[in-house]
Amino acid sequence: MVHPGGLLACHDCDLLNREVEVPAGGALRCARCGSVLYRHKRDSLDRTLALTLAALVLFVVANLFPFLAFEMSGNLTQTTLITGIDQLWDQGWYLMSGLVFLTAIGAPALQITLLLYLLVPLKLGRTPWELARIFRFINRIQPWSMMEIFLIGILVSLVKLADMANIVPGLAVWSFGALIVVMAGAVAVLDPRVLWDRVGAFE
Amino acid sequence: MTAAVTGISRSLVSCHDCSLLVHTAPDDARHQSACPRCHAPLHARKTQSLSRTWALLIAAAVLYVPANLLPIMRVTSLGAAQSDTIMSGVIYLVVHGMWPLALVIFIASVAVPFIKMCVLGYLLISVQVRSTRRLLDRTRLYRLTELVGRWSMIDIYVVTILVALVQLGALATIEARPGAVYFGAVVVLTMFAAESFDPRLIWDASEGGNE
Repeated sequence: MVHPGGLLACHDCDLLNREVEVPAGGALRCARCGSVLYRHKRDSLDRTLALTLAALVLFVVANLFPFLAFEMSGNLTQTTLITGIDQLWDQGWYLMSGLVFLTAIGAPALQITLLLYLLVPLKLGRTPWELARIFRFINRIQPWSMMEIFLIGILVSLVKLADMANIVPGLAVWSFGALIVVMAGAVAVLDPRVLWDRVGAFE
Repeated sequence: MTAAVTGISRSLVSCHDCSLLVHTAPDDARHQSACPRCHAPLHARKTQSLSRTWALLIAAAVLYVPANLLPIMRVTSLGAAQSDTIMSGVIYLVVHGMWPLALVIFIASVAVPFIKMCVLGYLLISVQVRSTRRLLDRTRLYRLTELVGRWSMIDIYVVTILVALVQLGALATIEARPGAVYFGAVVVLTMFAAESFDPRLIWDASEGGNE
């Protein structure tokens, strides 16, 4: 829903911009600093829902199936995504374990489940309970989802161990990689106004 | 040059969560309105942005020292233990001919946090001296800082993965060391610091100087 003739204040420089109709796929930028004020995304609800559902499946696979196998001198170690986090916790590195868990598993998990909690009812024509508070929370944890950095960390680890051992990526790694792409897509096609307009309807 | 029409000059506050433009009374210490739509707290500017950002920045700078001086992991193989700091990890990669990877790690783990802290410090000072120069460039600098901060987490993840994989008792064992915790703290603190800085302050400083 567009409110032509209305005003938008830029989040980066506070300039008042006049809101105009934006064609599909286009973006409204601040006249002074170029910050994106609004991006018109087509079929946002459907596309985000589809991608988030895919993300859910990929996330479950990435956590349950074998992640990396380490083979050296006849010894084989099988790991899953959570193995490293578990190890750090067992060794007493609680803060570090917590941080890695939050950024690699926790934040993405919350994003996926809470987005589904909001989008499924919306698709069915209902308004989910506490829509505003939950969507605000989703936006707040978004920066703490760092799966793509974790993937790069995997690549670096593989290179570091290449000389001395054999590392076999499992199904979970591919699923994790796909999850990163799908989640990025879901965030990109989600139009916040689809949700905020629904909250407005309840005043 | 006429002064730009900003939200604050018209007592209009943009909700930082749902972007709703709300007409609200000028800031009063006791008065705190909430967004009528999404109930987020409304602030014309991020609360105490400068002092919070300085506090977080200084804390990050202090912890940056042990993060780099203390080892982040220890490799024990057949009785011999070797501790690695972030820099020694980079050097290891260089010695083994993996130049591009060494560069990636150096940039992500050593350069990025340092540069990010310098940039935030520069932005803070530029706002406090009410500089009117390069407003757009400084805003872009801020956006860049927000984006690249998370890349410093690479080393934390590398330690986590190596610890997960290499647990072969006396043959080879990798464990995390305290440097990693300080490093994680630096990443978290710089992320919070960038989040607490209000880029609109850059532009506010220029408003005061105009006719």
